[in-house]
Amino acid sequence: MTDAAQGNATAGGEATAPLLEVEGLDAWYGAAQILFGLSLTVGRGEAVALLGRNGAGKSTTLKAIMGLVERRARRLAFDGQDVARLPTHALARRGLGYVPEDRRIFTGLTVAENLDVGRQPPRLLADGRPAPGWTTEHLFELFPNLAGMADRRGGQMSGGEQQMLTLARTLMGNPLLVLLDEPSEGVAPIIVEQMAQAILALKQKGLSILLSEQNFRFCEMICDRVYVIEHGELRWRGMTRGLSSLPEVKSNYAIL
Amino acid sequence: MSLDGLLFQALNGLAGASALFLVAAGLSIIFGVSRIVNLAHGSFYMLGIYLAGTLAGGFGGAFGFWAGVIGAVLVVAALGALTEIALLRRIYAAPELYQLLATFALALIVNDAVLYLWGPEDILGPRAPGLEGAIDLLGRRLPTYDIFLALVGPAVLIGLHLLLARSRFGRLIRAATEDREMAAALGVNEKVLFTAVFALGAGLAALGGALQMAREPASLSLDLAVLGDAFVIVVVGGLGSIPGAYVAAVLVAEVKALCIALGTVSVGGFEVNLSKLTLVAEFLVMAIVLIVRPNGLFGRPQPPARVAGRGEPPLRPMGRNGGIVALGVVAALALLPLAEGAFPYAPVLAVDMLVAVIFATSLHFIMGPGGMHSFGHAAYFGLGAYGAAYAATQLGAPTFAALAAGIVAAGLGALVFGWFAVRLSGVYLAMLTLAFAQIVWSIAYQWEAVTGGSNGLFGVWPDAPLDTRAGLYLAALGGALVVVLLLRRVLFAPFGYALRASRDSPLRAEAVGIATGRVQWLGFALAGALCGLAGGLFAFAKGSISPEAISVGRSIDGLVMVLLGGVESLLGPIVGAGAFTLLQDSVMRETDYWRALLGALILAIVLIFPGGLMGGAARLWALATRRAAR
Repeated sequence: MTDAAQGNATAGGEATAPLLEVEGLDAWYGAAQILFGLSLTVGRGEAVALLGRNGAGKSTTLKAIMGLVERRARRLAFDGQDVARLPTHALARRGLGYVPEDRRIFTGLTVAENLDVGRQPPRLLADGRPAPGWTTEHLFELFPNLAGMADRRGGQMSGGEQQMLTLARTLMGNPLLVLLDEPSEGVAPIIVEQMAQAILALKQKGLSILLSEQNFRFCEMICDRVYVIEHGELRWRGMTRGLSSLPEVKSNYAIL
Repeated sequence: MSLDGLLFQALNGLAGASALFLVAAGLSIIFGVSRIVNLAHGSFYMLGIYLAGTLAGGFGGAFGFWAGVIGAVLVVAALGALTEIALLRRIYAAPELYQLLATFALALIVNDAVLYLWGPEDILGPRAPGLEGAIDLLGRRLPTYDIFLALVGPAVLIGLHLLLARSRFGRLIRAATEDREMAAALGVNEKVLFTAVFALGAGLAALGGALQMAREPASLSLDLAVLGDAFVIVVVGGLGSIPGAYVAAVLVAEVKALCIALGTVSVGGFEVNLSKLTLVAEFLVMAIVLIVRPNGLFGRPQPPARVAGRGEPPLRPMGRNGGIVALGVVAALALLPLAEGAFPYAPVLAVDMLVAVIFATSLHFIMGPGGMHSFGHAAYFGLGAYGAAYAATQLGAPTFAALAAGIVAAGLGALVFGWFAVRLSGVYLAMLTLAFAQIVWSIAYQWEAVTGGSNGLFGVWPDAPLDTRAGLYLAALGGALVVVLLLRRVLFAPFGYALRASRDSPLRAEAVGIATGRVQWLGFALAGALCGLAGGLFAFAKGSISPEAISVGRSIDGLVMVLLGGVESLLGPIVGAGAFTLLQDSVMRETDYWRALLGALILAIVLIFPGGLMGGAARLWALATRRAAR
């Protein structure tokens, strides 16, 4: 792995532990191992990108953190506590949000009902301050498209609308960190732009983000740091702006 | 039949529909969330009626009846929650077949528990206070309680609808029904939700049972009877649809009521007693609905399970050493009659075992390599047995011809049923095959002119040279040998490869030019035909055949044999059939509670030895050779 000189953003912030710490993460689909000893961190309020080509293991990394695939890790800590043994729903209750790539809207439920399923009580940060809390009204401000269709069934929405709903649904849980899987995948360019704006707004509210992306321009708008993975292994890490000056790294790993 | 009478029976039918709806709704809700078809659901109904009767008697008085109903619902709901926590949680990731068997095992254990607690006699419950009367309607007396029951169904339907549509609990159930993994990722505690849903479903079944205490006696046969009805309703209405369950319950109950109302009618010169055809009628309704709408009236196609199953390893032909050993075993078996002097009982037991071997091997052919989990293999056993017995006793056919007639009868039956069955898969297939077996059983039970009704056919004795113990034994040995070798040969022929390809990846198999549906259909028919030989031999060995011998229990025995031996091995069903027959002959004969014992055996296989005897042996062998290599 090449470690860029300007490297580890968390190096400066030793005072507080990172929000998410992953060390030596292995993951499997059945008998096939997909991830090999992946390590990464996400600091508080930080937006971090996982970059890599199709099939590199980006989505699997997010699923593995969330406990949705078979996994093993030397260390998996969230908000300073070991969470390696927690079931998926307990991770979500600690404030770890997950937005799947394929959206997974509950198609038989209305927009309002989808949001209600994601609802969780407000939570406190580790230092006792209240974490940013979300209500349906706030989310309809963030995604005005959704406001007019509260009673529409999830199955009758366009791809872009579903993409907004899946993010909004996860936000209803008042997460501290959102694992965001390819939000720019398969939606119209105008929606991509709106998504980027919304995600930036979330970041400014203090939400931490781990974003899986293939589209470098999208992550350039949002993310401070980048991890590049291929074949389930970490290949490069560093500041986002560092990567933009390294075209050979980008072309090596087919980053668009 | 007058119009008044029809209307009267129709009202009566609505009362019956309510109870069936409650059971089917519970079954549907549980399946929706957990993807498990709970074969113990009829047992919850049965527990409901027994408990309500006892509690009502205990409380006494006008208050006692309703307190008994509520008490029974609460107790059974708690039992349901306990079942989910103690049993189902361990098998959510197991193959469907094991889930079905585990819940059936529970049904067996509950049945024996009820036998132990309440005894074998039917128990009459108290009448509902205040609703004992009847009102005059169309010149007949319609019991008030029936009107009350007819209203309970719609009331519960509305209540469930409000619960699912308006409450957060309902929203979470619907979300988890669609995508439980995503629900968990949003912080929904699946475990608690599943337990609650199971308790709700069990409670609904118990309510259905408890309310029936004033209408019918509590008996030990209720669990399977109600389960069969609930299956039909759920399949007709569409798995997972609550309104569908109500519509189907009304449809089935009305068809039954109509049969009773019409009574004996004359069709083309034949007198047909429709009131005896109620069971057949409801299964006919199901068959018709499944042809027109394979997912039921209100059902949607089931999303494929998100759990990726582990593929079965390929079958391997037996090596030369194995062949020599097999030859030796067969030779030794052929010499068994010489020992008859020392062990006169040996050939009798051995015939039982060989019948079981044919039965289990043919079942294994469709459920292992064919991938079709039949819960109704008893149908073909029964067709073979009745076919052979009828040919021998009524037509005077010689024994070999009678056995052949049995094979033909079973084969034809399998062709017809298989045509429907291969269109479905998974739990739908299991329920449909079970339903077909129930049709065969009810025809045998009710068509007295041909089948002898509940007494069955007598005097089915073989003629020379099979009329001695040794003669019949050798014929059975020969038959078993032919069946085993034939099925093995087929599996290693192109047809067998096509069959396994159709199981492992239907789409890819279609893409390379395999007509998967036809391959599975023919495989189903072949296995059914050969199973007919087991039935025929059974009839000749016992000298009679009765409906009891072809009930659901026989189908389940077959599944247990295959799983006990190991479904992934060709020797598995043979070993399993032998071991199971020995076990049945020794242990289960000694106790009144053999059902509970069988249930415990099934649970042991499912929870502890999913590979069966052959799987266990293979593991030991692998361990031993690895140690030897070291």
